[in-house]
Amino acid sequence: MKKYSLSIRPFGVHAVLIEWPEKVEEAILNDILAFIAHLRENCLKEGNWELVPAYNSLTLVLRYDTIDFDTFKEQLEIWYAEKKDTVGVQNYLWRFPVCYDSVFGIDLEEVAYTLKITVAELIKKHTTHVYTVYGIGFLPGFMYLGGLPKELEIPRRATPRLKVLKGAVGLAGKQTGVYPEESPGGWNILGHCSVPIFDPKKETPCLVKVGDKVQFYAISKAEYDLHKIEAEVGIYQMEKIKIDA
Amino acid sequence: MLKVLKSGFYTTIQDTGRFGLRDKGVPISGIMDMETVSKLNALLENKEDAAVLEITMTGPTLEFEEDTFITLGGAEFSITLNNEPIDGFTVIKIKAGDILSYGRLKKGFRGYLAIKGGFKSDKVLNSRSYYPSINPKGIIKDRALIPYEKTDTFKPKLSEMKVDDLLDENILQVGKGPEFMLLSDKQLEYLFFKEFTVANENNRMAYQLNEELSGHKVSMLTSATLPGTVQFTPSGKLIILMKDGQTTGGYPRILQLTDKAISILAQKKAGDTIKFKLI
Repeated sequence: MKKYSLSIRPFGVHAVLIEWPEKVEEAILNDILAFIAHLRENCLKEGNWELVPAYNSLTLVLRYDTIDFDTFKEQLEIWYAEKKDTVGVQNYLWRFPVCYDSVFGIDLEEVAYTLKITVAELIKKHTTHVYTVYGIGFLPGFMYLGGLPKELEIPRRATPRLKVLKGAVGLAGKQTGVYPEESPGGWNILGHCSVPIFDPKKETPCLVKVGDKVQFYAISKAEYDLHKIEAEVGIYQMEKIKIDA
Repeated sequence: MLKVLKSGFYTTIQDTGRFGLRDKGVPISGIMDMETVSKLNALLENKEDAAVLEITMTGPTLEFEEDTFITLGGAEFSITLNNEPIDGFTVIKIKAGDILSYGRLKKGFRGYLAIKGGFKSDKVLNSRSYYPSINPKGIIKDRALIPYEKTDTFKPKLSEMKVDDLLDENILQVGKGPEFMLLSDKQLEYLFFKEFTVANENNRMAYQLNEELSGHKVSMLTSATLPGTVQFTPSGKLIILMKDGQTTGGYPRILQLTDKAISILAQKKAGDTIKFKLI
């Protein structure tokens, strides 16, 4: 793996921002993840650090103390040079069940019409592609998914809805994703994911992590209802497949 | 238990917040005006993460069911204990059955009630702090009961504190944000010479400002944001993220408030003025 030239900048007194070249690229994301693994294992064990990756950046946040930027920047450069290329973290492909029934897929017809394909083709395309998680943020459990095929790109709705349901699966611009909680939103809604991606009652509230992959698959309304019950009583197991490094 | 007779407009339980879940999109949350609360907890010789009540705009009426000690601070309200006026930043002995009542807000925006040992409501993801989708029980409703430990005797090392009045300050000290260099000389001049007013859109997530800079066409990839980050939208609006603010965003981050500046801003309401000062 090649070494990138990094831009390291202060972000207040408790944080430092590291930027890779400004591109959405798996190679860059993997380099960031390898650096996180190296920092976690060998460098930042002490103290209260949060490491936040997103697309081409990594932000390091220290909870209480202030960072001496110049010293820390030099240290980071050394650590980056030392980093091994292998990512020490197991990544998964998550398969999310989505009910594309018209009860949930309130914009399916309109999106299919705009993209000049049938609803069945739209669902097939949306479920065929594998998306990469480039970041989690905005709301708890909201995944920034990359890898949407060009033929599914469609503008946001002209007027955002005041209320989009928790679990709604949407499409907008170069993005697709799942609303982790009820919120206002302007995405085109294709369906509804039957199981929660973020559950604050669990010790690990969000199973998906940056670098994982996501694929949607279509389920019937009956399966959707069953999943809902299984998730409520806590026996639903999210489907995941190991990805070889 | 602390019995809530009247909840007030927006009263929540807050501590130092959730740490370690920002990479899952979970905001830190917690006390907005940490400058004030660290003093209130220090007077009670509490741990720094002891949970307090954050009281916004209109205060509650509360009945204590066990003996304890409290301190009050932050926004100035007319507050009475069994109908007798009481002072802030002073350790107050409470007897079972005492009634604490918040009256008119005089100055500032967020008041705090700290209690010996801290409030003991349930933790969700390592914090008692209210955040709607994570800990909905952290917002106080009428007739709620909030647990705390009974304390009969406590001899504080310091029973009161003189404090510099944070409520009178309106200069926010800021560092350069990661995209500071995008600002033109004209925008910089406007930013640091102009007085800004707090917009109606202000809450625990973010404070918007009424005055706008000239806009920009910069598009950037989504990246992390922090409490105190000043976002600069394409239309020129300034949005200052606060404790419940989103963990990532796509707008240029032009300034970063100091911890103290976050506390100063937390006491401002719509129409109040602020100025930025670069450190």
